[in-house]
Amino acid sequence: MKINAKKINKLAIGTIWALVSVVVLILIFLLGYILVTGLSDISWKFLTSTSSSISAGGGIRDQLFNSVYLLVLTIIISLPISLGAGIYLAEYAKDNWITTLIKTAIEVLSSLPSIVVGLFGYLILVIKFQLDYSILSGAIALTIFNLPLLTRSVEDSIEEVPKLQREAGLSLGLSKSKTIVGVVLPLAIPGIITGVILSSGRIFGEAAALIYTAGQSAPIVSYTDWNPFSPSSFLNPMRPAETLAVHIWKLNTEGIVPDAHIVSSGASAVLIIVILIFNLSSRFFGNWAYRKMTGTTRKKRG
Amino acid sequence: MTTKTEAKEIIKTENVNLYYGERKALHGINLNFRENEITALIGPSGCGKSTYLRCLNRMNDLIPNITITGSFTLNGHNIYGPKEDTVQLRKEVGMVFQQPNPFPFSVYDNVTFGLKLAGIKDKKTLDERVEESLKQAAIWNEVKDKLHKSALSFSGGQQQRICIARLLAIQPDVILLDEPTSALDPISSQMIEDTLLNIKDKYTIIIVTHNMSQASRISDKTAFMLNGHLMEVGDTKKMFLTPDKQETSDYLNGKFG
Repeated sequence: MKINAKKINKLAIGTIWALVSVVVLILIFLLGYILVTGLSDISWKFLTSTSSSISAGGGIRDQLFNSVYLLVLTIIISLPISLGAGIYLAEYAKDNWITTLIKTAIEVLSSLPSIVVGLFGYLILVIKFQLDYSILSGAIALTIFNLPLLTRSVEDSIEEVPKLQREAGLSLGLSKSKTIVGVVLPLAIPGIITGVILSSGRIFGEAAALIYTAGQSAPIVSYTDWNPFSPSSFLNPMRPAETLAVHIWKLNTEGIVPDAHIVSSGASAVLIIVILIFNLSSRFFGNWAYRKMTGTTRKKRG
Repeated sequence: MTTKTEAKEIIKTENVNLYYGERKALHGINLNFRENEITALIGPSGCGKSTYLRCLNRMNDLIPNITITGSFTLNGHNIYGPKEDTVQLRKEVGMVFQQPNPFPFSVYDNVTFGLKLAGIKDKKTLDERVEESLKQAAIWNEVKDKLHKSALSFSGGQQQRICIARLLAIQPDVILLDEPTSALDPISSQMIEDTLLNIKDKYTIIIVTHNMSQASRISDKTAFMLNGHLMEVGDTKKMFLTPDKQETSDYLNGKFG
């Protein structure tokens, strides 16, 4: 039988559609399952009460706060480093074997399993540097985990700035560094913001890297004690801090509270919702920053 | 050098050769530019006119694997000297590009950018310089109520004149323009041309253009380039009416291009 080009084309498109629908269906099923089973368990009380280790009815207040605090600390540590590295790679690095080595190292770092980063953090930070199970240990471990991604997105955002803008700066008698700081960086900011928010989503959902660094306990903290050096302060970076993702993991492996299943599905739904918000807002804030910067809307790439 | 020189020659270039790697792109060009004149560089695409222009403020330095030989002087001073400060050079020899490239800031910040870097902070001086530059670039009436709007929100022609104003604010001696109107509509082009005629008594202007009628309208001198060679240079009127060389005549008559 003779098969003509039209039929082959239809077949190919059909196959691609089928494959795409598999991906979309899996995604919808997962998100739907988590949200449907979890949403009904979320209440104001659930979000604002402390977790319980024995009896039913525990909340996730501290875990939720810990996740946010850890995220903020991680970004504070990793953003300056990534900015420096990204600017170097995009603007100054010569095209030679050292640069290739650095870029390869970054790729390798980004594909490191997070449990490896966690155990490495445990040995180096928790044991060797005696930081104990603490928010700080967790934030440093997450920084290792986050640096490659963020560096990459800073580098990409800077490289996306048109050559014309650099020429404009240089032709007006600006030095290279002044051109970068005064012209290129402002134009790259929308992309960098998007990168930061997207990587925030990843950090927020990370568990394996934190189990052995930030720890699995959430001691009762006081939200009125604003002195970060006080052991009971919510801002103290040296206290152990179980995050939302770690809490979910723990409930499902060794949870002994009778309602472990309910708490875990509620917490999972909260986690998913927060990450969804991060992802959706990254686009919004990126475009917003671009508009703010240029007074025009962002052109689609491609 | 002609005997009836009233204006002094501000830029002199001698035996300029330029190589991209192995490929030779400019062949022994000798060309001088007089103060307060507009010189047009014309020639078909790829003839090396933009490449030559970019030697004059050392923008070619940014391209790797490029070799430039010959002598370049600005007011008698070697711009390729070992101690030459390109940052300073580019303040004296400014450039306007083919695509308008205002910074992603407000009009006001665009025009004051270079001044602020030079350490001028006095608000009154800045305001005066902004108004003066924008007036010189014939864009003041269109932007005076929108000085704090992003420069990128204006049309291409307006953006190009904002770029010219941004350059005029730092008061260079020489202005290089690399096909400044080829991305613009005829009305905007006309405005840019008027702007150039307006400011030529204060500056030395060198413009690369592939628009021959533009060259004939605004320039005092015209230089015709072909395949990296300077074919002919002289008074614009004379060259357009009675060119010396056959190639020039053929190009001007549209036999190739």
